[in-house]
Amino acid sequence: MKRLPKTLSLFLTFLKIGLFTFGGGYAMIPLIQRETVDHKKWISDKDILDIVAIAESTPGPIAINAATFIGYRVGGFWGAMAATVGVVLPSFTIIAAISYVLAAFQNVVWIQYAFNGIRAGVLALIVKALWSMYKQSPKGIFSYLIMFGAFAVTAFLPVNVVFVILFCAAAGIVQALIIGRRDKR
Amino acid sequence: MIYFDLFLTFLKIGLFTFGGGYAMLPMIQEEVAAHSWLNQSELIDFIAVSESTPGPFAVNIATFVGTRTGGIFGGLCATFGVVLPSFVIILFVARFYQKFKSSKLVAGAMNGLKPAVVGLIGAALLSLSVTVFFPAGLNMAVFSTAQFYVSLGIFAVAVVLAFKKLHPILIILLSAVIGVIAGMIGTA
Repeated sequence: MKRLPKTLSLFLTFLKIGLFTFGGGYAMIPLIQRETVDHKKWISDKDILDIVAIAESTPGPIAINAATFIGYRVGGFWGAMAATVGVVLPSFTIIAAISYVLAAFQNVVWIQYAFNGIRAGVLALIVKALWSMYKQSPKGIFSYLIMFGAFAVTAFLPVNVVFVILFCAAAGIVQALIIGRRDKR
Repeated sequence: MIYFDLFLTFLKIGLFTFGGGYAMLPMIQEEVAAHSWLNQSELIDFIAVSESTPGPFAVNIATFVGTRTGGIFGGLCATFGVVLPSFVIILFVARFYQKFKSSKLVAGAMNGLKPAVVGLIGAALLSLSVTVFFPAGLNMAVFSTAQFYVSLGIFAVAVVLAFKKLHPILIILLSAVIGVIAGMIGTA
C-alpha cells in the first residue's frame, strides 16, 4: 500500500504543473524543477538536465516526455501513468470546454476584429520560436544544407513532412557514422 | 470512422515530431489541411488560444480538433493518440537510459533532426504568413487594403516585443486590442 500515496502524489503534482504552465514545452521545465526537485526531492538537478536532453531526442511533446520519465523513475509504470494523465488532464478539460464556446463567439464582429489582429501577433510568436530553435540547432555546412533543404522541399514541393523528418534523421546518422570512421583512422 | 482517423492521425503527429511546441506545427498544418479539419486561419486562431491556456500545444490542438470533429470522445481519441508514442517510447528509454544517452546513433539522428525542424517551422511560417497577409491569395490588390498595413504594423511591433521577452499572452492581448481598434475605425 506504500505505492498508492506516491502514485497519487505524482498525479497531483503533475496536475498542478499542467494547470499552471502556459505555452507548454520549455515553459514547463522551471515548474517541473521546482516541484519535483525542490519540493518533493524525487530527482536531482542533474536529472532535470538529462530529462530535458532525453525529452528533446525522443518524439512527442516535451511536457509529456518529462512527465512520463519522472513518473517512471519515481513510481514505475503506474507512476508514469499517473504523471502523464495528470499533466494532460487540465489542458484536455479546458480546451474541450473552449472548443464549444469558441464556435459560439466566432460570429461576434469585434471578436473577428480581435482575431484579425491576433493572427499577425501569432506570426511574431512563431518567428521567435523559429529563432530559438535555430540557436539550439548545430551550425555548419551539413546543418545548413539540411535546414534549407527541409525548408525548400516542404515549402515548395508536395512532399510529406514524415519523409522529410525520416530523411533528415537518416542523413544525420550517416554523417555521424562517416565522421566516426574518419576519426578512428 | 472518425474516431479511428483522429486517433491514427494524432498518433502519427506524436510519433514524428521532435522538440517541443512549434516543432509540431508543420505536421499539424499538413494533417488538418489534408483532412479539412481546420483551415489556415482557424489554425492560427487556435495557436493564440493555446498560448493563452495552460498545457502543451500538441495536447491542446489534439483536444481541440478532436472535440470539434468528434465531440468529447473524438477529443479523447486524438489526445490519446498524440500522447501514446511519447509514453511508450519514454517507458522504453527510461529502462535503457544510460545506453540511450551515450548512443552515437541517437546523437547523429539529432544532428539531422534539429536543423530539419528549423527548416520545417520556416516553411510553416511562410505559408501561415501568406494566409495572414494575403487572405485573398497572392495578388497586388492587397497593397491597397488597410488590413494589410494594420497586420504588418502589429507583426512588426509583436516581433520586437517577443524578442524583448514580453509574455506571449500579453503580445496576443495587445494584438487583439489593436485589431479591435483598427476594425472599429475601419467601419466608422
